[in-house]
Order: sequence, then C-alpha cells, then structure tokens
Amino acid sequence: MPNPWPKPEVDGDSRPFWEGLNQGELRIQRCEDCERHIFYPRSICPHCFSDRVRWVLASGRGRIYSYTVVHRAQGPFAEEAPYVVAIVELEEGVRMMSRIVGPREEVAVEKPVRVVFTRVDDELILPFFEVLKEG
Amino acid sequence: MKSERVAAIVGVAESDLGETPGKTVLQLQAQAAKAALEDAGLTKDDVDAVFTAGNWAWSPTMMLAEYLGIRPRFTDGTNIGGSSFEAHVGHAAAGIRAGLFEVALVTYGSTQRSDRSRRRPPASPQLTAQYELPYGLPTPVGAYALAAMRHMHQYGTTSEQLAEIAVATRKWAMLNEKAMMREPITIEDVLRSRWIAEPLHLLDCCLVTDGGGAVVIASARKAPLAAKPPVWVLGHGETHTHNTIVNMPDLTVTGARESGRRAFEMAGVTHDELDVVEIYDSFTITVLLTLEALGFCEPGEGGAFVSGQRTAPGGDFPMNTNGGGLSYCHPGMYGIFLLIEAVRQLRGECGPRQVPGARLALVHGTGGVLSSTATVILGRD
Repeated sequence: MPNPWPKPEVDGDSRPFWEGLNQGELRIQRCEDCERHIFYPRSICPHCFSDRVRWVLASGRGRIYSYTVVHRAQGPFAEEAPYVVAIVELEEGVRMMSRIVGPREEVAVEKPVRVVFTRVDDELILPFFEVLKEG
Repeated sequence: MKSERVAAIVGVAESDLGETPGKTVLQLQAQAAKAALEDAGLTKDDVDAVFTAGNWAWSPTMMLAEYLGIRPRFTDGTNIGGSSFEAHVGHAAAGIRAGLFEVALVTYGSTQRSDRSRRRPPASPQLTAQYELPYGLPTPVGAYALAAMRHMHQYGTTSEQLAEIAVATRKWAMLNEKAMMREPITIEDVLRSRWIAEPLHLLDCCLVTDGGGAVVIASARKAPLAAKPPVWVLGHGETHTHNTIVNMPDLTVTGARESGRRAFEMAGVTHDELDVVEIYDSFTITVLLTLEALGFCEPGEGGAFVSGQRTAPGGDFPMNTNGGGLSYCHPGMYGIFLLIEAVRQLRGECGPRQVPGARLALVHGTGGVLSSTATVILGRD
C-alpha cells in the first residue's frame, strides 16, 4: 500500500484501548477514588493522582464539541480530503479526537453522535462517529 | 509602572529571511547573533548565558554554543513551541535577578521552507500522540480550525471578523521592506482564498518561511554599557495548559489569561497604558483568542474588537506592526520576531511603520496547538 495509515505504537497504557476496538468495544478508564472518567488511558488519574484506575466500557454516545473539514491534508491523508475531523465529548465527560462519517450537511457543533467502529485497513480499526438522527 | 529595572533587551537582529537555500540553521543563527551583538555594542565574550529552542539537534543549546565558540555558565533549551523565546526572556530575567549571569543570548533559526519539512509523512505515532494522529488532523492548522469553529459556534464570530486581522496585518507588512507578502488584500480576498481546514482559509494562515533571529539581554549593571538605550523587561508570565488539542480545557480560552495576568501584575501596568502590542499570529484565530484571554476585551468580543481595521496602521490599536507571521515571516517558531519588532518600536527605529512615541509594549507568544503561552511587557525609560 503506497499510503498506509499511521499505526499507533501500542504500549502499556494503550493496549486495552486498541484491543477493545478489535472486539467492537470503546474502552476508557475510570478512577476508583474520584470516580471521574479518563481518556486517553494512563497509569495515574490526572484529576486526583490516584493510581487506582480501571478500564470501563464507554456508552459510545456523545456530542460534537468542535469539528473541522480538512481540505488540505498531509502525508497519507492527502488523497482523502475533504473529510471531517472532530473532538467528540462522550457522555462520560471525556473528549477524544475522531472522524465524523456520513452526510456533511448533518455535521454541526453540539450534534449528538454515536460510535461507528471503522476498519481503515487490514491492521487498524478506529472509533469514528456518526450523527444521530434527532428524536 | 512600579517594576524594578533588573534586565533589559539591548540587542536584536534578524538573519536573512524568506527563502534561504543552502543556509543551515546554524548559519542563520550565527548571522543573527553577530548582528544582535553588534546592535548591542557587545561581543560574544560578554555572553555568559545561551538560550535557544529547536529540534535540529538532541541538544540544540550545546550544538549552537559550540558552533559560536561560547562556553556559557547558564544554558536553557526550553522548547514550548513558538512562545519559547518569550519564555526565555522571562527565564533570563529571573536568572539575572538571581545573579547567575549578566548577558544572555537568545537565538532561533529555521530552514523549514527550504527543507519543506512539513511535507514529511507522520511516523508511527508514539505515547500520547497515538490517540490523535491516526485521524488525520493536519498539524497545527487543524487544531486552530477546531478552536475557531468552537468560537464561532459559541459566540457567533464570523470569517469576516477573522479576515479583518489578516487584512490589517498585511497593511503593516506593506510598510516593512523585509516582509515577504506586501500586496494589499481585502476581506473578500481572504474569504475567497481556498479552504485549508474549515473555517480557516489560506489567508487566515501564517507563511512558511526560513529565517532566524537573536535577542541580547543584559543585567541592569551591564545594560548601560550597551550602544543603545535599554528596553527593560518589566513583566513576564508563562504557562502551558495542554499538549494536544483534545486536551485543551476550553477551546476558546488560552493560557494567555494566566501568563498575561502575571505579566501585567509584575509590570504594574494596565492595558490602556500600552502603546503597541505584538501578538503571535500563527493563524487569525490565534490573535482573536489571545486578545480575549489577555483581557483587551471580554470573552466572545474578539471579533467586534478587531473589526473596522482597528489594528491596522492608523487604527487605535497598533498590533503586529512588522506584518506578523501572516505577512512578514514565519519560520516555524515565530516568537523571537515579536520581541525584535517590539524592541525596535520602543527604540523608535521603525521608519514608516513607527508607532509615534511608543514607550510600552506587550509581546505575547503562543506555542504548539494553543498549548503554551508566554507574555512579556517591555518598556523604555
């Protein structure tokens, strides 16, 4: 493949996240002490510095905190443009970067979205999101 | 103004700017350092502290100091992106106050335009980058686009208002013979330029150039020995609030709120006492968010604040008087050029773009993806 997607270098923090995606699960973390959710994954709670963090399943629902339509893309993404990259705020209160798939005219800040596990090539499944129909 | 006179900028210079094929980052920095020391009336043997930021060596300060033939007693390679050099000024003032050294040389150099370094495909993302790079957000412009989109949603800010900044900045560039882009542009031109990452157009984005700069900072004891009147470091503040854009606590509020507040407090000056401001303009939205966070206007009012070409030559808020990163030069980390221009304005050296009688200037750097900020307030006697 001439333009492979960049492959995350899986490590001791990220392995459960990437493995979860292969099983159709969106995994985030939750602090056992302050009870707040955490993303990206890490070994210590950034809120209260507890090291009692555990993995939980996210609902996969959230809203678009902000987005951009990328017209001039770099490297392996150059030929895909235009596409929508967004910051999604999950119901659990954490934010993650993602893509919004589906019709462009439905994309707007604060729109509700849900996760769509998307295989981008032989090695990589990413959690993209789609806009939920109102009601 | 209540602040003490502890440290002053006594020398500034650019290297060749624009496109400098065949030049290395070390050559550009040597050229700028030599010129800045000549501007100060000092020699390299007066320099006992070295500051630089870059990614052209595993230890940029060591490579640079060796190249220049300087063995510093103090060294600082703090790299927080484009605001590094405003942070260096703060660190230099603190070091001078502590009696650790007397003359600091701050340099920067980049050949990114000649290298076309930004076209390199991303490597396999490691550590916390792995949660963002696979989605294809172009860096840094995509992150600033996300902030702009959020600001528009929250406050109704318009593309026309962002374009006001690009147009006003170009008018200053037309008065600066060193500026790369000197043809006049209109708000329509900005809006009609092609999309890079919505809502940012090509003309909302800074240039990609080569170039270097240098700043010489001296103690109050050494400053009177310099060739030109000292430009005092009256206040400084710095912070970083996040690394990647997803982790920015509020996409509409930058760390300028903190770094600016501390700089104003230290300097003991108020907003309306300032004569000229030099604000990092990697993108038009960078300026708008910074004006709000520094407290020149309320959150959400940045669009109205810059409307009517208020920041252009002849306007009542002279800003980015060299033509900025948008129209003068932008070699990757632009912050050192903000300092150079502010010093020249306070010395009255700016010819057709001189802000008459400028005595107090604010310089504000922004680095990364709105990640780091550093504010410096400068004044002349």
